[in-house]
Amino acid sequence: MGSNLTSNFIEIVAVILFGIGFTDLFLHKNLIKKIIGLNIMDTAVYLFLAVKGYISGLKAPIIVDGVQNADAYINPVPSGLVLTGIVVSVSVTALMLALTICLYYRYHTLDLDKISLKVREKEE
Amino acid sequence: MSFVQNVPCFSILAAMFAAIITSAVKGKAARRISIGISAAIGVATAFLLAFLMGTGESYVYVMGHFPAPWGNELRFGMLEAAMALLFCVIMLLALWGGMEEARGDLEEEKANFYYIMADLMLASNLALVYTNDLFTAYVFVEISTIAACGLILGKFNDLTIAAGVRYMIMSLMGSGLLLLGISFFYDMTGHLLMSNMKESILFLWQTGEYRVPLILTIGLVSVGLAIKSALWPFHSWLPNAYGHATVSSSAMLSSIVSKGYIFLLLKIIYRVTGADIFAGSHVIDILLVFGIIGMILGSLDAVRQKNLRKMIAYSSVAQIGYIFMGMGLGTAAGTGAGIYHIFAHAAAKSLVFVAAFGLIKASAGNPDISGLRGAGFRNKVAGVGFVAGSLSMVGIPGFAGFVSKLMFAEASLEDAAYAIPVLAALAISTVLNAIYFMRVVLILYTPLSEEEKAAGQKEQTMGNPWQFKAAIAGGVALNLFLGICTAPVMGVVQKGLEIFG
Repeated sequence: MGSNLTSNFIEIVAVILFGIGFTDLFLHKNLIKKIIGLNIMDTAVYLFLAVKGYISGLKAPIIVDGVQNADAYINPVPSGLVLTGIVVSVSVTALMLALTICLYYRYHTLDLDKISLKVREKEE
Repeated sequence: MSFVQNVPCFSILAAMFAAIITSAVKGKAARRISIGISAAIGVATAFLLAFLMGTGESYVYVMGHFPAPWGNELRFGMLEAAMALLFCVIMLLALWGGMEEARGDLEEEKANFYYIMADLMLASNLALVYTNDLFTAYVFVEISTIAACGLILGKFNDLTIAAGVRYMIMSLMGSGLLLLGISFFYDMTGHLLMSNMKESILFLWQTGEYRVPLILTIGLVSVGLAIKSALWPFHSWLPNAYGHATVSSSAMLSSIVSKGYIFLLLKIIYRVTGADIFAGSHVIDILLVFGIIGMILGSLDAVRQKNLRKMIAYSSVAQIGYIFMGMGLGTAAGTGAGIYHIFAHAAAKSLVFVAAFGLIKASAGNPDISGLRGAGFRNKVAGVGFVAGSLSMVGIPGFAGFVSKLMFAEASLEDAAYAIPVLAALAISTVLNAIYFMRVVLILYTPLSEEEKAAGQKEQTMGNPWQFKAAIAGGVALNLFLGICTAPVMGVVQKGLEIFG
């Protein structure tokens, strides 16, 4: 157990970061802080994937000096997943920020609780 | 290889290209493209379904030039084709039924954006149905989320923006958990293709290695997808999103988007972890318990609503509870009943949403249930549609909802421990369903009193465009078909489930 903790140190950090981001996204009232939480959460997963794909001592998977042996390079798939994931989270963040601006113009606050109250007033 | 086997790949691509073309045209043409493409994909998928029913096998379609452990794949059997066909039909009915309201709700020069989102939503849900690669599934889950948010925001006002933000926050929490779960699966198995993952997971389960992480990962994925498909208690985003969006969006969100996520979860259960391992983890009990609680509390919330569309939205929470309860039973019969309920609920809920719009329009746009008195006389087509949808939701024999409820009851009898809570929940929920739907139906067919007529309320009947009538007729026919021609649909579900894993 103890040796697992030290050898998987970065993975543990990634999962703790995920927890911090998720809690932020879940519990914060302020929309901007929620979006920051979302980014921490997504980045934590990318850290996890990047660490899992890295084999210490090996090179990035780009053929240099004609070395074609797969054992000389790290696994490119996790890096590919991270890149794809980054694209997804960038677009989601952009959408959330745009929505936040619209919401702020109409409700003049970023506090979701106050917005919910105003929504309830408007419904009645 | 038969040509018809290209349909899954082509239908995803066609929907995506339709979205691209739609961005270049004006609102009316955009709508025609959306309707045309969903009809075309529906017809093609019907041929695919007929072909697959003939052969009774499932096929793998290799995308790109890399073979199994590395490349990307689509995989399709009867169940996938039937689900894709359902999505196309519902999309068609929702676009037709909501066309008139969409004209008023969407800004003229921005209307084509709405149809881009609708096309993208269809493409991503078709991809979720067909894909055999877990990370591809994640990417399309996110596309579906963004498109669904766009659909909610089609009618752009204060209420829908707040609803859209709330939807995005909950949904992104769900995708975060799903992504972490997929990363864990990848980490443990070293594969991204579902079939390869299953072999590794079976091996891990037999050796007993990684038992705790495996169960944790199953939990992460299940909870993530449960949040996205609005299982109780993760449903807080749902009522406002369904209640305020334009009617096509409500119908599409409740009948396609949330069902796409549930289908992905089914796929993960059967194709990644294997049904036995999933049933052996305790996650399945959580789904069962939340499903049962959701069935009752969702219905109780629906009884309390004054706004018709919010009442229908809360009824969705209860119906999603039914589906998860069926999956939580952990037997093939329970899952089969859950899948049948996906069909039944999609057919009934889209019909009820569309019909409710017609009734609200006939009552001077007032969505309060008390203001709907006599609306069934004023808009006869919508009245008939609402009654048919309600009967199906309540579970009257002859309609779709009855069959799935019967199947849930039968499935629960296989295990004595589950029989009593499930049967009790079914009974309570059905009574509550009957209370809130029949209350509305009674109000719809109560004539206006003399004072109200004197106060200037109109009683003349109103006409509907042919698209609205077609949507209602199609919805009623779909409900009757699923309620009466049970055997062929059930055959597809059961045989499809056997070759699903």
